[in-house]
Amino acid sequence: MMDFIQTLGRNTRGSFTKLGRATFFLVQTITGIIEILPRPRLLLKQLYSVGVLSFLIISISGLFVGMVLGLQGFYILSDFGAEETLGVMVAASLVRELGPVVSALLFAGRAGSALTAEIGLMKATEQLSGMEMMAVDPIKRIISPRFLAGVISMPLLAALFSAIGIIGGQIVGSGLLGVDEGAYWSQMQAKIDFQDDIINGVIKSLVFGFVTSWIALFEGYDAIPTSEGVSRATTRTVVNSAFSILGLDFILTALMFGDD
Amino acid sequence: MSDSVRSQNSLVAVRGLSFSRGDNKIFKDVFMDFERGKITAIMGPSGTGKTTLLKLIGGQLRPAQGSITVDGSNVHRLRRNELFVLRKRMGMLFQSGALLTDMNVYDNVAFPLREHTHLSESMIRTLVLMKLQAVGLRGARNLMPNELSGGMARRVALARAIALDPMMIMYDEPFTGQDPISKGVLVHLIKSLNATLGLTSIIVSHDVHETSAIADYIYVVSDGKVIGEGTPTEIKQSSSEWVQQFMDGSADGPVHFHYPAKDLQDDLMSTGKRY
Repeated sequence: MMDFIQTLGRNTRGSFTKLGRATFFLVQTITGIIEILPRPRLLLKQLYSVGVLSFLIISISGLFVGMVLGLQGFYILSDFGAEETLGVMVAASLVRELGPVVSALLFAGRAGSALTAEIGLMKATEQLSGMEMMAVDPIKRIISPRFLAGVISMPLLAALFSAIGIIGGQIVGSGLLGVDEGAYWSQMQAKIDFQDDIINGVIKSLVFGFVTSWIALFEGYDAIPTSEGVSRATTRTVVNSAFSILGLDFILTALMFGDD
Repeated sequence: MSDSVRSQNSLVAVRGLSFSRGDNKIFKDVFMDFERGKITAIMGPSGTGKTTLLKLIGGQLRPAQGSITVDGSNVHRLRRNELFVLRKRMGMLFQSGALLTDMNVYDNVAFPLREHTHLSESMIRTLVLMKLQAVGLRGARNLMPNELSGGMARRVALARAIALDPMMIMYDEPFTGQDPISKGVLVHLIKSLNATLGLTSIIVSHDVHETSAIADYIYVVSDGKVIGEGTPTEIKQSSSEWVQQFMDGSADGPVHFHYPAKDLQDDLMSTGKRY
């Protein structure tokens, strides 16, 4: 029993000190962004490795998710003779929920894990220490550009996911199942609201990008500098990001799409 | 040379240093002086905190007690930006080289210049090629760190460490894991750079022969204390049994061959239950 209480106490204290370190790290990262702004090449390089390299996985997943939505939506809507609203259903699901959430989950798996492993290995091979001894702050030089790149890339990738998903829904809906193409697009245009749907979706993906990049970079920076430590940190990045994305999605949805 | 002269002329002075990791006391009340323009070695078995000492001097770790002064300023009293100014004048060579793996040799050596100066690219090119020439790797400038041998990686790291023309360089186990030729090259480089650039060098090592060949003064450290100091000749004639065992590399002596354990007979006859 005493053991249990001791462990509980130690773990609780451990979690809180880690949260404190993570917050301090975030503050340093954000202040570091100001100093890298005059050096856009640092950011461009990271936008490429964090954003552009995630392009393919996001596009292909978006296409398939859109196609599935087209199929499922058609089966349900055709029961009510409402196939023409398929476009609205596909677009609303993607822009409001699936676009931000699924692309963020994929982003955590593709880019987040890579960031953690990269930073963790830089720590394990003394590259971060070496930089400090050369009077270069590793948070400013290494972490801040990656963080900013993650926050910028995420909404763009989510938008790409939704756009390709909508095309996927259209391929299945009007290409294979015979929904009128004009109805697919015009219903969508009439019912999808810029403020309520699109902007809210973008806000969601900005939040997910912020949280996922923060988790990935902090886990790498805080990793125990051994092979095992880095592998555990990478796992934690994916698991914690997934929990945070899904939990925050519920909160954001409740705030955004309540009765208005 | 008398102790007072040594301490007057010291670039780095360690005074009453104590440092612990958890319950493990790494240093207990240590005094050391690193004289300007000289090569001073810190020797001792693995795990005695030699690397920790370099990190303390570089301000990456904080001592529990005591002070470390580098060129007149107390490292641990400095503010972060003052510490960074001081670090630009201190080079450090990590055991692994710590080269940035996403850049080639040229960009690695250019890194501190690009971060800390506003020199033109053509000026940087001249400086980088000169530094690489000094370590004999001008021809390897386009290689990536993973294409270098361990010895070459350390030489590139050395070129990078001297890029900003520091006043001192700290070497962390420069000879470990090197073949005899690479060791010879590094011994030669450390000695010649120290003389030609007017550096002060601190070498942390347990390679007795290489280190005593170039060091002007040696501290032998064990169990958190300085147990012997002097010129290489003085150390070799030391009366301490421990120092003798270390310098000769004998398997048994004051440092036992066996890790502390219970009696062999009892251990073999026991049930083997984990405890």
